[in-house]
Order: sequence, then C-alpha cells, then structure tokens
Amino acid sequence: MAVINYIEAVNSALREEMAQDEKVFVLGEDVGAKGGVFRATEGLYEEFGESRVLDTPLAESAIAGVGIGAAMYGMKPVAEMQFADFIMPAVNQIISEAAKIRYRSNNDWTCPMTIRAPYGGGVHGALYHSQSVESLFAHVPGLKIVMPSTPYDVKGLLKAAIRDEDPVLFFEHKRAYRLVKGEVPEEEYVLPIGKADVKKEGTDVTVISYGLCLHFAMQAAERLEEEGISTHILDLRTVYPLDQEAVIQAASKTGKVLLVTEDNKEGSLMGEAAAIIGEYCLFDLDAPIQRLAGPDTPAMPFAPTMEKYFMMNPEKIEKAIRDLAEF
Amino acid sequence: MASANYETLGLSSDQVLSMYESMLLARKIDERMWLLNRAGRIPFVVSCQGQEAAQVGAAMALNTEEDYLLPYYRDVGLVLHFGMTAQELMMQGFARADDPNSGGRQMPGHFGQKKNRIVTGSSPVTTQLPHAAGIALAAKMEKKNFVTLVSFGEGSASQGDFHEAANFAGVHNLPVIFFCENNKYAISVPMEKQSGSEHISERAAGYGMPGVTVDGNNPLAVYEAVKKAADRCRNGEGPTLIETLSYRQTPHSSDDDDSSYRTKEEVEEAKQNDSIHTFSAYLRECGVLTETKEKELQEKIKGIVDDATETAESAPYADPETTLNYVYAPKGGDL
Ligand SMILES: Cc1ncc(C[n+]2csc(CCOP(=O)(O)OP(=O)(O)O)c2C)c(N)n1
Ligand SMILES: [Mg+2]
Repeated sequence: MAVINYIEAVNSALREEMAQDEKVFVLGEDVGAKGGVFRATEGLYEEFGESRVLDTPLAESAIAGVGIGAAMYGMKPVAEMQFADFIMPAVNQIISEAAKIRYRSNNDWTCPMTIRAPYGGGVHGALYHSQSVESLFAHVPGLKIVMPSTPYDVKGLLKAAIRDEDPVLFFEHKRAYRLVKGEVPEEEYVLPIGKADVKKEGTDVTVISYGLCLHFAMQAAERLEEEGISTHILDLRTVYPLDQEAVIQAASKTGKVLLVTEDNKEGSLMGEAAAIIGEYCLFDLDAPIQRLAGPDTPAMPFAPTMEKYFMMNPEKIEKAIRDLAEF
Repeated sequence: MASANYETLGLSSDQVLSMYESMLLARKIDERMWLLNRAGRIPFVVSCQGQEAAQVGAAMALNTEEDYLLPYYRDVGLVLHFGMTAQELMMQGFARADDPNSGGRQMPGHFGQKKNRIVTGSSPVTTQLPHAAGIALAAKMEKKNFVTLVSFGEGSASQGDFHEAANFAGVHNLPVIFFCENNKYAISVPMEKQSGSEHISERAAGYGMPGVTVDGNNPLAVYEAVKKAADRCRNGEGPTLIETLSYRQTPHSSDDDDSSYRTKEEVEEAKQNDSIHTFSAYLRECGVLTETKEKELQEKIKGIVDDATETAESAPYADPETTLNYVYAPKGGDL
C-alpha cells in the first residue's frame, strides 16, 4: 500500500474515474493548466485535454448550473468550487435545482453530478477562505454531503460520489490536503456513501466528528490513553443524510458523547447528531451530550490571535473529553 | 506615453506630479509587502502592480471629499487617494488591531474605511457591484450629487452580480461608474476563456449606458474617461462602464505560482509598458519631472514606507476574545 496525502487521493480518484468513463469531466475556475489553486486537478488537463478539464468563466452559478444541465443529459460532471466559501452564488442552482430534479420530475430526470469544494480553517484564510458551509446544505433532501477525513476515505468516497446517481457535495478540508497522509491500496476500491466509520475503539467517552477535527480527536485520544481514558471515535464521513445507526451505536457504547465540529455551534450538524442520540439513547446516557464547536461569530478572523481562538485544536478536544470522562 | 497633454485635460503640473507620486507610493508599498511576505513577516499579499495608473487616474477624477468608493483587492492606488495612509495599509498587511479596514479580521486587500467613504468589501468577487448601485440609488433618493465608483477585475465581470447591478443602474439611471480593471488574467484564466467578446465594455449597450475601453497604463487617459463619466453622473445622465487595459505584473497573489500558465517572456514584455516608467518618462519630457525631483520623491516615499512598516510591525494584534465582538450591535443588540 502506498502512503499518499489527502489531496493526492482527490487527484487519483478523479484520474481513475476520468480514465474509466468518458462521460466524467471536470469544470471549475483554474482547474486546467494551473491544475487548481490547491493542485487537486494537477495533470488532468495534460492527460485528458481541454475539453474534459474546463477552465470556466468566474461564475459559480454557471459552474453548478451548466454541470446540472450536462448531468441531466447523461454526462458525469465533477464541478470544483474554488473555495467552499464561494459556493454561495451557486446555492440557487444547488438547492432549487440539483437537489430537486429527481423528485420534481417524479423520477423521470436525474442529476448525477459531484460538486467538490475545499472548506475549513487554520490556513490564515480569514473570513471567506475558512468557512464550513455543510450545515447550510444539510437540510436539503435530495443532496448527499460527504466530508472525509483520510486519504483512504477521500479516494473511495470521491469515486463513489462520481458514480452516484444523485448530486453529491464533496467537501475537502483544505488544511488536511497536505497535512494528512495515509495508506491507500494500489488496487481499485469504492466506499459506500452514507456509512460512518469507527476510527478508534474505546470504552469511556465517544467522540463523533468528521474532517480535520477527526484527526484532532485522534491526537487528543492518544494523549488521554496515558491517563487511562479510553476514547471511542466515530467518523461520520457522510454528514447528510446521517448514518443514524452508527451514531446510535457509538453513543450507546460509552454513554458519554462529545460531538466535535469546527463549524459555528448553533445550527451545526452536531445539533442533529445530538437529537438522534436524544431520541434513541436516553437510557444509555451517563452524561449530558456535549457539543464542542466554533464560536457563533460569522467566520474565522485573519489575525493569528483570533484565528487560534476560533479554530478547533487537539487541546480543546482533550479537555472536553477529560471533563466528560470525569463526569 | 500617449500624446494627451495634461493641460488640455485641465490638470496642472502639480496635479500630474502628485498623480505620479501616488502611483509610485502604491508601487513601493506593494513591493515592500512582497519583501515582507517572502521574509515570512506577513502571511499574504495581493498586488496592485501594473494597475497603479488606472487606479490613480480614476481617483484623481473623483471628488475624494464626497464621492463613494467600492474598491476591489488590488486598489491600493484608489484607496490611498481616498485617504487611507501607508501606515494603515501596513496595519492590514500585518493584520494588526489598528488596521482600519477590519481590525485584522480580513485578509489584506479587503478595504473599507467609512470616514473616507471607502465601502467595506468581502472576498467573494463582484458582490460590491449591486452595493454600488444601492449607494447610487440612495444618492438619487436623497438628491445628493456624489458619484459612486465600483471597481472589479475582468474575470469578476462574469458573475451574475455584474449583470444584475448594471441592469439595475441602467433602469434607474443611477450615478455610478462601473470600473473594470482588465489585467488579462483571472488567476490563471485568460480573457478569452472569460468572455466571448473582446471587451467587457461592449456589454454597456445592453444596459443602456455608454461603455469605453481605455489604456490602463496611461493615467491621463483613465482620468479623462472617469472625469467624463463622473460629470455624467453629476448631471443626472446615469451610469458608465469603463474598462481599463493593463497587465497583472505579479502572480495572482503570494500564494500563486504563475509559471504554470504564462511565460516569463510574456510578463517581461508587458512590463515594457509599465506605467511607472512610461509616465515618469512623459513627465520628464514635459519638464514636470527632473532627475533630482525623481530622486527626492523616491527617498521621501522610501521614508514613508519604512516608517509605516516599522510602526505596523510593532503594533499589537487584537486580543483573542475580541473575536466575539460586533456580531450584532454592541448596544441594544445584546442577546
Ligand atoms: C465568488 C468567488 N469565486 C472565486 C473566487 C476566487 N478568486 C479570487 S480572485 C479570482 C480571480 C479574479 O480575477 P479578476 O476579476 O480578473 O481580477 P484580478 O485578480 O485579475 O485583478 C478568483 C477566481 C472569489 N474570490 N470569489
Ligand atoms: Mg483580471
């Protein structure tokens, strides 16, 4: 097995799917000769040509909308939003159109497209290059939202997203791109969308998270092992619709649940996870469900002092796990 | 430099000299930012280099005491003329608490300073265009005679907000100038992948307003076009779309490597038309600028940039807890 980083997994999934299916094409800003501002599409322009790796005009509504049109015809577009923050001009196309095409046509028309976007903070990106936007879409039936944490999951789930028969939002943590490395098999594999994954077995406290925070939780758990605190960690991977069964199982296992996201706290995905646990696990709980999240400010500021204040880190998670363990 | 004589435009020799000084100051601040970035002292730069003539030419044609400005991230030349100081620009470069644009909350290049009527802006491009139409609408409603200028790149003109703002301004005959700084690239994407027509200005006809394309390396040509547009605004004749043609001399930002999408030769060739040099040569030809005067200017500007850098670098960051401030009105908005 080769060890690759998170963004190489993105690149490799795109390359394999493009090679296998001529209907797959990539469109977005700077995805061509430049290979994307983060280099996620590096080499694809050279390999598959300008007609399948389109540098679009600077217009996200068109990137999504044109992708939707092509998908309705039968193509398999993979659209890139340069930053998740810049998905906003495309929201009408995604929510009014992509999400509802199958339903409104009574299963006559479909929209098998993937929209990739780098999200998340800790990169000195300030207010508009750091946001987590998943909860804006995690209330829209018809959409699937995938947010993987490891290169293995990135590759298997991006391939699944491209093959999926419905629209998938695929959010990649931009800080994880080069920070997170992991083993990925040489042979082809695809992972199921909609399934969470236990990343660490434990007995005292359950942490449920996704994306970069998952790694922060793993680091915190490792330190706490030394204190004799055993942490169970569930990676949601698909954040909408949620894998309810996995959430219930993970929560019931320890009875003490910490939900972690770097998104703003109020209205985050963790509210939904907490609701599921509240509905199904009441008698298994030994402590109140805890949410650890970013503050309720519009976004993450630029100055390092304020960015650090906002951003999730292993220390914040470690403390929250310890508090729960001691409850 | 084009033949246009500054005197026929109604400008004095002092005015063209100050035009040059502003261009040079913008350039030198920008060059310093890059040095600081490469030395690891500031995290990010996005540059005005190559667009100073367009920016300063436009600013000089406006009334900096009453007009409104909605700049975009390259507009160091515009904001300097509207009253932002070199020190304030450095404060934003260093993300210090005293950054007047955002107190260190936003990245550099996200200008905003109410006392100088520089309207706060965000990162998602082109969102400022409808705002400009809104400010111009308010001017009309309140029977005020000020002009609103909004700037943006040619790539940003592809957004729906461009169309919606221009259409609104056309319908209501609003006193607004849409100022498109065409520098040939939107990050890596060249103009021909951005638009099916040669010029952004051609779109003006569809909105019922005049559209002009001018040489963005000639501050006098830009001055003339913006002056005319501003006069139209003040006379109740409505909006104008102006496109300036220049070249982005630096990579898109300090995070970009432009070697994957354009050649060094292309960049070097474009630099032959660098307005800092061509305008300086023109002013010497006219006898407005001399060798000694140029040296004096260079030294004066170096002093300003040095002081600004030093003061900003030693200034403090905002306290971490201030992250929580100003989500809502400080008084009466308590939740
Ligand atoms: C809505 C939106 N999409 C994408 C971006 C990322 N982005 C920042 S600048 C830029 C290119 C802008 O090009 P142009 O308008 O020509 O201005 P220039 O930088 O060339 O001056 C892009 C794509 C953004 N800021 N906002
Ligand atoms: Mg441009």
